[in-house]
Amino acid sequence: MRFRIYRYDPESIGKPRMQDYEIEFDPQGKKVLDALIALKDGLDESLTFRRSCREGVCGSDGVNVNGRNVLACVTPLEGLKQPIEIRPLPRLPVIRDLIVDMAQFYQHYRAVKPYLINLEPEPESERLQSPEERAELDGLWECILCGCCTTSCPSFWWNPERFLGPAALLQGYRFIADSRDQASGERLDFLEDPYRLFRCHGIMNCVEVCPKGLNPTQAIGKIKTLLVKRAL
Amino acid sequence: MIPKRRFDAVIVGGGGAGLRAALQLAEAHLKVALISKVFPTRSHTVSAQGGITAALANVSDDNWHWHMYDTVKGSDYLGDQDAIEFLCRNASSAVYELEHMGLPFSRLDNGKIYQRPFGGQSQNYGGAQAIRTCAAADRTGHALLHTLYQRNIAARTQFFDEFFALDLIRDADGYVLGVTAMEIESGEPWVFEARTTLLATGGACRIFRHSTNAHINTGDGLGMVLRAGLPLEDMEFWQFHPTGIPEVGSLITEAVRGEGGFLVNKLGEKFMANYAPNAKDLASRDVVSRAIAQEIRAGRGCGVHGDYVDLKIEHLGAEKIKARLPGIRELSMQFAGADPITDPIPVTPTAHYMMGGIPSNLHGQVVSPAHYGPEEPVPGLYAAGECACVSVHGANRLGGNSLLDLVVFGRAAGMHMIEYLRENPIPRPLPLAEVEKSMARLARWDRRGGTETVAGLRGEMQRVMQDHCGVYRSEAVLLAGLEKLTLVAARLTDAAIHDHSKHFNTARLEALELENLLPIARATLVSALARTESRGAHSREDHPGRDDKQWLRHSLYFCQNDQLDYKPVKLKPLTVETFQPKERTY
Repeated sequence: MRFRIYRYDPESIGKPRMQDYEIEFDPQGKKVLDALIALKDGLDESLTFRRSCREGVCGSDGVNVNGRNVLACVTPLEGLKQPIEIRPLPRLPVIRDLIVDMAQFYQHYRAVKPYLINLEPEPESERLQSPEERAELDGLWECILCGCCTTSCPSFWWNPERFLGPAALLQGYRFIADSRDQASGERLDFLEDPYRLFRCHGIMNCVEVCPKGLNPTQAIGKIKTLLVKRAL
Repeated sequence: MIPKRRFDAVIVGGGGAGLRAALQLAEAHLKVALISKVFPTRSHTVSAQGGITAALANVSDDNWHWHMYDTVKGSDYLGDQDAIEFLCRNASSAVYELEHMGLPFSRLDNGKIYQRPFGGQSQNYGGAQAIRTCAAADRTGHALLHTLYQRNIAARTQFFDEFFALDLIRDADGYVLGVTAMEIESGEPWVFEARTTLLATGGACRIFRHSTNAHINTGDGLGMVLRAGLPLEDMEFWQFHPTGIPEVGSLITEAVRGEGGFLVNKLGEKFMANYAPNAKDLASRDVVSRAIAQEIRAGRGCGVHGDYVDLKIEHLGAEKIKARLPGIRELSMQFAGADPITDPIPVTPTAHYMMGGIPSNLHGQVVSPAHYGPEEPVPGLYAAGECACVSVHGANRLGGNSLLDLVVFGRAAGMHMIEYLRENPIPRPLPLAEVEKSMARLARWDRRGGTETVAGLRGEMQRVMQDHCGVYRSEAVLLAGLEKLTLVAARLTDAAIHDHSKHFNTARLEALELENLLPIARATLVSALARTESRGAHSREDHPGRDDKQWLRHSLYFCQNDQLDYKPVKLKPLTVETFQPKERTY
């Protein structure tokens, strides 16, 4: 199989480059991550990428394969056009090869206060929540923070410091939507901002690439609806 | 000069146990550093699926004492009954606490936390199936890990993400005073000085070729403990989960059987009835794994090579599968090419969980034989989660007890660390020679021109462990394995890496991980050879019976000369009567 992989090491002189690799590898049933590991173990130890769970739940190995943001560990090799071109996620600073600096992404996540705020005294047992109320959280809490959505979003590319991006906004809405949370007002105040929220123009790249099948655009739409309702 | 940071507590590992302990300390306004080799939500806790067990009695009549009975029996009586009482007594409050933190549990119609049946659970001490495992769909670990991380953001815990811990810093009096570490991005060494150190580094199933574990599960804390001259407990006990996807290893949760799924062989027979007439598919994991292994051996396995069995859930219907097991459906379609709504999922026993680990007590203190008995605390050192052996899981862990272990003992460790810090306010001088020893170990990988590769040796070790230390074991096979492993380990001195960049050098990281994995594999083989009985997950074909006269005791392995020591199982619980060892059937 043939690969073209983005290489950059801050220590070696020179610009980032694309390196071609060719290895004997049976793609049947295998994923992009399997090939990256085979390349690293067999051909080039210096090829650098993140990985952990290798089953699409930890969100470590978001990369851009043939122009599309994916998780390497759940992306089948079969059917990919060769040479398979693998690049780091777009728009974030590259640390080395396929490893990007996610600091900005995590900062936006922290900014939405991604934790339940409820100042009532805690009851003896669980707080009750009906299955219908709980269903409001489905499609929100499953986010694995891989960054595929945010780094595919043109609005984030233009304003990475100021637009929170789809992942953070999805998490923002996850707590607004939680019947147990009492800080919706405060959360909406923070989001009511021409950049943080309103740079989303419904381009929907995020929905297109989310490896967990989530829909950040819809969640952002719901935040906007709540803001409108509140203003009326 | 190596950069040094000083904290009250340093926590190594950002999974469930480390995050729970960090939260306790941060909320007590102590200075706590959590160092993790991955961003915390990439930790392996995220892969836990089925749930967390606590006798909330939301669905079936239940109480903690029944949970305790099941856990003692499940452990094949090797679990310490004081620790198991502590675990089960604290289970409900630990789960309610997670709910209060915001964990998005699935709900019952009355608004309470959803619970599902899991293997080895009974009402009334061995009676009808209990329904005890609390779940957030089939992504409970994800929900738990993210919730704990989020709470730590609120508590302003100081995170050192992508830092790799190297060695414990221990002074001549035996006090642990922190760790040395490497910042992965820059490749620079650091010293984290702290009066308390908690190891929460998770499991080490990466010693096996096929495992459900993440790539990062390399037992780093265990390697640190062995190098510090401390023992590992019960390393012969590794759980083979009955339902992993063949070759790939991905876990198919026990919740699939809890929700009504069952196993069939190539003849379409529901064979579990032959092995566990009462509990059938919800027998304990060791029992189900042996049953599958026997079906495969008898030529009744499925597929061209007859090397797996089928797990069927079509009869549950698409709606229930999508609501209760969405993650499983996704995994099965991605890695087995089977949509469980219409097709069976191929499964085979796969290395999953380390019951053994760093010997610790109810407060998370690491204990080791010393002057005054077999369980003297190592001052300043704590362990919690899969890397620790309290022992609540004994010879076989019950499903749903692992997430519980993380939060109960993560909290207990955090609480005891707070107490220790109050009683020991003055930092002791840092032994610089220890730091230098650690730096020399790190520098060893700067060497060029070796004949062996890290990936090559790791692969050989994994093959040895897979072939020689699986579901069934015998003296001859284990001995041959130990011989092979000795040869592989000896070649480590000839290994070198070919990437000498300082920045985010994952080749160097993998070399350091291999240095942790190899002694763990050795501890496993040596402990397994010595235990001439079959108990829980340790099945010796040459010693098929359980031998309570000789072996109702924990193994302690020291890496110096492969020395083994033993300590008795604690049969006396904290407040209730002992569950006397009896024959274990399901």
